[in-house]
Amino acid sequence: MAVVVKTPATSAGPLNVARIREDFPILAQTVRGKPLVYLDNAATSQKPRQVIDAMSRVLEEHNANIHRGVYEFSERTTAAFEEARVKVARLINAPSEREVIFVRNATEGLNLVAYAWGRDNIKRGDRIVTTVLEHHSDFVPWQQLAKEVGAEIAVVDIDDDGRLRRDQMSAELRKGAKLLAITHTSNGLGTVNPVKDIAAEARAAGATVLVDVAQAVPHTPVDVQDLGADFVAFSGHKMLAPPGSGGLWGREAILEKMRPFLYGGDMISRVTVKLTEWNELPWKFEAGTSSYVDAIALGAAIDYLNEVGVAKIHAHELSLVAYVLPRLQEIPGVTVYGPKNLESRVGVVSFNIEGIHPHDVATIFDREGVCVRAGHHCNQPLMTRLGVPATTRASMYLYNTTGEMDALVSAIHAAKKVFGV
Amino acid sequence: MDDMYRDYILDHYKNPRNFGELEGATHTYHDSNPLCGDEMTMQLKIGDGHVDDVHFTGKGCAISQASASILTEEVKGKTLEEVKAIDRDHVLANLGIPISPARIKCALLGLKALKGAAWGLTAWPGEEVKR
Ligand SMILES: Cc1ncc(COP(=O)(O)O)c(C=O)c1O
Repeated sequence: MAVVVKTPATSAGPLNVARIREDFPILAQTVRGKPLVYLDNAATSQKPRQVIDAMSRVLEEHNANIHRGVYEFSERTTAAFEEARVKVARLINAPSEREVIFVRNATEGLNLVAYAWGRDNIKRGDRIVTTVLEHHSDFVPWQQLAKEVGAEIAVVDIDDDGRLRRDQMSAELRKGAKLLAITHTSNGLGTVNPVKDIAAEARAAGATVLVDVAQAVPHTPVDVQDLGADFVAFSGHKMLAPPGSGGLWGREAILEKMRPFLYGGDMISRVTVKLTEWNELPWKFEAGTSSYVDAIALGAAIDYLNEVGVAKIHAHELSLVAYVLPRLQEIPGVTVYGPKNLESRVGVVSFNIEGIHPHDVATIFDREGVCVRAGHHCNQPLMTRLGVPATTRASMYLYNTTGEMDALVSAIHAAKKVFGV
Repeated sequence: MDDMYRDYILDHYKNPRNFGELEGATHTYHDSNPLCGDEMTMQLKIGDGHVDDVHFTGKGCAISQASASILTEEVKGKTLEEVKAIDRDHVLANLGIPISPARIKCALLGLKALKGAAWGLTAWPGEEVKR
């Protein structure tokens, strides 16, 4: 199939990948004597020197617990933490940083909504609409909630190109829904869903709209107001920040009405023996000592992404897909899953090699220095839909090169040679 | 030669021994590896305390399939007590290739299913009954 490269209008000039790679110390590593080819970015990204330094700076220069001390170090750390919150708010165009809650990862953000909002708002007989593209972290919480309260869950299917079936989505929403839980970008196939249109239909049906933006924020510009979302959740570790940093954004009016998720220190304004008053937003949802070093480093990661330009990163990933997709498709025995063109997608390519299990593929790739994910990608309903137990997934980011795409193709030939297929 | 995907490993993968449904099986156990979605069923036909026949069915990677195939060749004719006594080190030694930590579960899936069958289990203690 012919692939047409369409560079998004927002991009101005290509990335200087060679220059970018210098910022990532790990990329200079070798694996068994071969250069590291890191293509597991949908699982987690590597970290630039600027982010590593930001973490060291906190720990070496002014570490102290936040929101507590009345001394300079605590004030400095608190200021850096709150500054990172403002950076997150700006990145996703949140109306206010009061709506940005620091969590450990997307999973925690999604569960926060499932517990603190879901348990009070989803009742017996209510409908939850979601999709077969969801990561388990945006599927299991709703499945379990539905079981617990006796709600109904509708799972919208995809077509054979890995695109959501829009007709089915509209039909499900027309039947009425209390919640739409939808992934912006599929971690298994790289599909970008038309969330803005779908969210408008969902709101018209009276649904609250939750969007899993874990694979979106790192790779494409995301504007929560433009999307028409009520909640979004993402993980910092997939966007150059360390694990332990992540964000949940929710509309202030909804967050204000929600009960807290975890109880403890920092989330209160006053505690007596008889009762407790909650702290104001966003701290009402940040019980206990936050992963403030990680959150501050997330701020540094956002600075880095802004400097490079997220739209440019997206265009770069698409150029890699445009390069590698036809090369994969011409290898006998290789089946590519998901979108076969560059329309509404990111740099995730899932495939299988006939006669070789993905685990064996990944083991052989590893010996070529090529790191990919093999398995179900926390997407078991999607794997079932595709009719396979697992796939091999290569996922790209700003530092990947066409040379690394060639390494991927060579690794496939190496695997085929070993297995004689 | 490849140190992991040796010819005999690939041969067992492509031409698994004792593969398919076993008619008249007395012991059957199904197991899976949730990490990669591999599935395996081991079936034993025990007569007079000995393994008269053994078959396995399943889908999975070369390591799990070869390991199971090799295991079935070995246990035929053994007593049930001997089957129960087979340990992981023995299976790994028999496999004869270096197994990285990430692949240990693949290499031992056949043994796990075989043991479940030999002990007459429907589920491992502490695990929910499957299916
Ligand atoms: C689309 C999507 N949602 C949610 C998650 C969960 O992220 P985390 O494990 O960081 O909570 C992932 C991670 O793989 C993902 O790809």
